[in-house]
Amino acid sequence: MPPSQTSALAGVLQKDRAGVLQAWMQDQQAGSAARPDLMPASEVQDQASQLLDLLAAAVGSGEGRDGSSWQALRQFLASISTSRAAQGFSPVETAAFVLSVKQPLFTKLQQRAADPGQLPAELWAMTTLIDDLALQTTAVTLEARDRMIARQQEEMLELSTPVVKLWDGILALPMIGTLDSARTQVVMESLLQRIVQTGAEVAIIDITGVPTVDTLVAQHLIKTVTAARLMGADCIISGIRPQIAATIVHLGVDLTNVDTKATLADAFRLALRRTGHALGKSNGSERA
Amino acid sequence: MDRIPILKMGRFLLVTIQVDMHDRLALALQDDLTARITETGARGVLIDISALEMVDSFIGRMIANIASMARILDAETVVTGMQPAVAITLVELGLDLPGVRTALTVERGMRLLRSVLRAAGELEEPSDADDEGSDAGPAE
Repeated sequence: MPPSQTSALAGVLQKDRAGVLQAWMQDQQAGSAARPDLMPASEVQDQASQLLDLLAAAVGSGEGRDGSSWQALRQFLASISTSRAAQGFSPVETAAFVLSVKQPLFTKLQQRAADPGQLPAELWAMTTLIDDLALQTTAVTLEARDRMIARQQEEMLELSTPVVKLWDGILALPMIGTLDSARTQVVMESLLQRIVQTGAEVAIIDITGVPTVDTLVAQHLIKTVTAARLMGADCIISGIRPQIAATIVHLGVDLTNVDTKATLADAFRLALRRTGHALGKSNGSERA
Repeated sequence: MDRIPILKMGRFLLVTIQVDMHDRLALALQDDLTARITETGARGVLIDISALEMVDSFIGRMIANIASMARILDAETVVTGMQPAVAITLVELGLDLPGVRTALTVERGMRLLRSVLRAAGELEEPSDADDEGSDAGPAE
């Protein structure tokens, strides 16, 4: 923006800093953005005063928006929005805190206007500037949220793939939910790791809870089975529903080298036999 | 140049790879092992790679080749102790070592070798009635 339009703002920020700050604080306390339960007024005032200093420096510097003083201002905004989000402020409240500086600046600009014809342009420049800063705080908050969501997704990924021991030397991996590449990678790694830890000979991958199987998922499954075989463990895939069996055949996926069973029980029975265990009723004849 | 030692245990040869494989070492092992098999008339070869942390496509192929060569020389081959990372790498490289038997530990590898050879009538040892002949790897 042309310097002429923000020079009035720079003047106000320099000369009326105390007045603006005081009016701003009063607005804060009156408005809905004040949360004395989350942050004491003194701290709010600290933040406000630092923000005004940085704003004055940035506007007064005459630099473009990429200048170092603007960057300092942006960094400060990022830090307060992060700390406020951690304290429990909503993004709206944080943005309202920044936006509430408009009113005092508006009044002061009006009081100091030398040329009434210039006033609308000056006000407009000030408004867009403050809006920009408020948006900045929202953007930072959202970014932080996105990061948090990503981290939680990662944690959920690890939680959602438990490898359970069914018997000595038999592991089961009940898979639930949609399988994507990232998840199958985690599944594969945790399964192989557990095979090493427990010395399991047979691993059962149960896909009862997997809603759909496409070529990619099937390929991942085959890879997991092959990797387990390379380590010296057998894999059995169980829980294949009729629709999934049909899909697999229609897709032309070759599962002939993989043991497949309809239910986990069947797979477990096979696994017991593979590991040399016999299963039978106590009275009847043994039929493992 | 260092070589990987090949130990003879009865009618089996035991190879444990304890160092990082590099290409020349793998080639030397291939020559040594095939020579030892013909020399000793070994019936089984056990290759333990539990200390191998990393493989590339070349080493992966060498392992597959060594195993196939041993098979042609009429010795059953078992690869034991493959680490998860190595297994994942080999699968990603498309090297799923067809025809190579695998086992989790050296102990199980030995048992597997014995049961395979016993099933083929090559080994006169008391049987302890297991069915591991059906384990890992396609039939001969």
